Amino acid sequence: MNLNFFFEVLIGGLLSGVMYALVALGFVLIYKASGVFNFAQGAMVFFAALTCVSLTEFGWPLWVAIAATIVIMSLLGLAVERIVLRPLVNQPEISLFMATIGLSFFIEGMAQLMWGSDVKRLDLGIEDVPMESLMQSLNIIVSKFDVIAAGICALLVTGLALFFSRTKVGRALRAVADDHQAALAVGIPLQQIWGIVWSVAGFVALVAGLLWGSRNGVQFALTFVALKALPVLILGGFTSVPGAIIGGLIIGTSEKLAEVYVGPFVGGGIEGWFPYVLALLFLLVRPEGLFGEKIIRRI
Amino acid sequence: MNNSSSNRRSGDVILDLRAVSLSFGGVKALTDISFDVREHEIRAIIGPNGAGKSSMLNVINGVYRPQQGEIIYRGQHLRDMDTHAAAESGIARTFQNIALFKGMTVLDNIMTGRNLKMQSNFLMQALYIGPARREEIAHRIKVEEVIDFLEIQHIRKTPVGRLPYGLQKRVELGRALAAEPQILLLDEPMAGMNVEEKQDMCRFILDVNEQFGTTIVLIEHDMGVVMDISDRVVVLDYGKKIGDGTPDDIRSNQDVINAYLGVAH
Amino acid sequence: MLYREAGQFKSRYETDSQIFPIRQDRIGIALLVLVAFIGVPLFATPYFFSAILIPFLIFSLAALGLNILTGYAGQVSLGSAAFMAVGAFGAYNFMLRIPGIPLIVAFVLGGLCAAAVGLLFGLPSLRVRGFYLAASTLATQFFVVWALTKVRWFTNYSSSGVITAQKMQILGFDFDTPVAKYLLVLLIVSTLALLAKNMVRSNVGRCWMAVRDMDVAAEVIGIPLMKTKLLAFAVSSFYCGVAGALYAYAYLGTVEPEAYSLDLSFRILFMVIIGGLGSVMGSFLGAAFIVLLPVILNTLAHATNISTAIASNLELMVFGALIIFFLIVEPHGLARLWQIAKEKLRLWPFPH
Repeated sequence: MNLNFFFEVLIGGLLSGVMYALVALGFVLIYKASGVFNFAQGAMVFFAALTCVSLTEFGWPLWVAIAATIVIMSLLGLAVERIVLRPLVNQPEISLFMATIGLSFFIEGMAQLMWGSDVKRLDLGIEDVPMESLMQSLNIIVSKFDVIAAGICALLVTGLALFFSRTKVGRALRAVADDHQAALAVGIPLQQIWGIVWSVAGFVALVAGLLWGSRNGVQFALTFVALKALPVLILGGFTSVPGAIIGGLIIGTSEKLAEVYVGPFVGGGIEGWFPYVLALLFLLVRPEGLFGEKIIRRI
Repeated sequence: MNNSSSNRRSGDVILDLRAVSLSFGGVKALTDISFDVREHEIRAIIGPNGAGKSSMLNVINGVYRPQQGEIIYRGQHLRDMDTHAAAESGIARTFQNIALFKGMTVLDNIMTGRNLKMQSNFLMQALYIGPARREEIAHRIKVEEVIDFLEIQHIRKTPVGRLPYGLQKRVELGRALAAEPQILLLDEPMAGMNVEEKQDMCRFILDVNEQFGTTIVLIEHDMGVVMDISDRVVVLDYGKKIGDGTPDDIRSNQDVINAYLGVAH
Repeated sequence: MLYREAGQFKSRYETDSQIFPIRQDRIGIALLVLVAFIGVPLFATPYFFSAILIPFLIFSLAALGLNILTGYAGQVSLGSAAFMAVGAFGAYNFMLRIPGIPLIVAFVLGGLCAAAVGLLFGLPSLRVRGFYLAASTLATQFFVVWALTKVRWFTNYSSSGVITAQKMQILGFDFDTPVAKYLLVLLIVSTLALLAKNMVRSNVGRCWMAVRDMDVAAEVIGIPLMKTKLLAFAVSSFYCGVAGALYAYAYLGTVEPEAYSLDLSFRILFMVIIGGLGSVMGSFLGAAFIVLLPVILNTLAHATNISTAIASNLELMVFGALIIFFLIVEPHGLARLWQIAKEKLRLWPFPH
């Protein structure tokens, strides 16, 4: 067994794990603040990336396109909160979940309607070439792009974690996540908070979309990346930011390792289901995830 | 209204709790509780809020497992009760915050109380022939008797979620009665009711006890009700037993008076 | 006025617990049955059979299966298509390896295979609930379809992975015309629908609904949680399995794993949501809606000269919007709207 190769696969897995963590973060944000599992996060990733790329195709510079997309995503978030979430405020969680499934279909259709269904190439100016330093010193081939992407993700994740724990808005978000009524009772402006949360989630979606998109091209399959975030959340716990990160790393590495080392024996294609089965087995042992909150029900 | 215990013959001890202790993490809900319940009697459990009364009921029918102590039910010594075994051996209950099945009608809710008595399997029920059909009708007849008894005929097809609070409590009692229990555990059956509703509920409870001989263990805050209808009373405070006896005994027990009037411990 | 129940008294519990206690409903259903079994075969075109009626019936059956699991027993599932696939491949393999096996027996065995898989993948429901359970059903969906593709034995080592389904034959009679296929599917679906209706209004259905509404209380009154949940998975998967077999044999003509994708699972979930969770009729209404909507949109698109790409994107948007609309406005779906309409009919033409 080639140790170098193993490290390459491992690092590759870790890096893609960080990207998964980023997508999972969007879920955690919205879940923490509104108790809603936003199935449409994947569609939002797709929409964000597509909007940004299409704006650049109109001749806009990349940074302007990114800024414009952030504004659009915020508006989208506010619209979603107003039209979909507010009327469903008192319904059981599962209804909200199903509403977000409907929302994801809606956003996917809208994205392709607005910008067309062709695969778009996205060039962020970062090359997908091996890092010279690592290649020369340790004889390991790791893409420069992957490393920079991981760096951006790590930065974003740290920023969000600090945001939640240190700032006033972050505290308000956590209050809202615990109990809407109580938060209202102490004067927290619920609608504004939700608006903020969905905007931040939109921003996270944009970053994830740009990173994934420049690697694989911006196409419809991007929405399935979000589905992969589900096992991440199950492992890490739906309400935990560090959980999303660790869950993402675990899923990313185990998926790659399983594909490379177990895959050839069973015909390949394991990546499609391995994370889910792993999450399923994990659920049986620890239903609330590594860092999630235990659910206590009183009668 | 006089104490009618002289009209009821309390039988032998049917349920005996010995040195039961229950804690959740560091919180002690019950400490060393011992008392017994005689067959056919109406036993009240009273005490200030947070005294552990609901936890006591939950221990009796197996929702909570006590860390220490013993439950002797019908001569069987048990470390703790299993919910399914409790239901099967004739213990039924109602809950403080109504635990009805909101998506079903009153009739269906009370029918679920008969589920342990149904024998046919799902295939027979799918075909709805012979034994399954006869069984469904037979149990429907029994449930209608309960509905008549509780005077809720007019709402039998109404989804339970649409009923006012007082009627929901009555339906919950109906579901417990449908199981033809030996012991009925009632957790604040009259909470949130007005005077007339309380009188109706009292009448039902007394009727159940007199007509069917059902033993009743009752948590209640209304002192008037407790003193009027119960044979014996247990008083809990901060998870400990501070009184046990007839209503007259309890009325003159200094510890009980202190607990309710809030004298510093 | 036409729909008055006045004067229709029930003097026995048997008559009170009929499926259609109101005489007007009984007449309505009798007419529907007549139309379905006799009228339609006489007047419908082959296109109508193949493109509308047969898929409508098959999806109704699958939606019914999912409704039993999600609508009645409260266990959310995103893996219904996987169970359909097991049913299809099960039927195929039984027909392939046991020559001369009766068609219905093969379908039933396929359904039983699906039920077995359902039991296995339903085990997590004993530990997790809500959308954790939904997430774990994704494992079922992806794993099962992968296994059916990769394990060559299932596809009889075919090189392309796409197998032609055998001809449907009962006692020498070939079911190869659209009318014949339609009648066979209609018979199977209506029989299973009747069985389902009986189940949901009996003890087993009440146990399911109790587990859905408040499983802690259900346990306290003696309902066995494990048996009830696993039974829901088994029965639901059986229904989906039979639907899957019919999907392959009476509609597609081929047995291929790709036809049973996550997308199909979502479509079935949408049928159940739009039609009405916890309603047998709702499954049919939802299936009709989902089958007819693309047809209507396509016709509109042709009429107004919109390209098919735009039309299919519009379809996605309309689906999504309708799901949200129904969840907000009428969470109990079309079935509830139908009930409300009947209640208004009681008074019509009077306003109140």
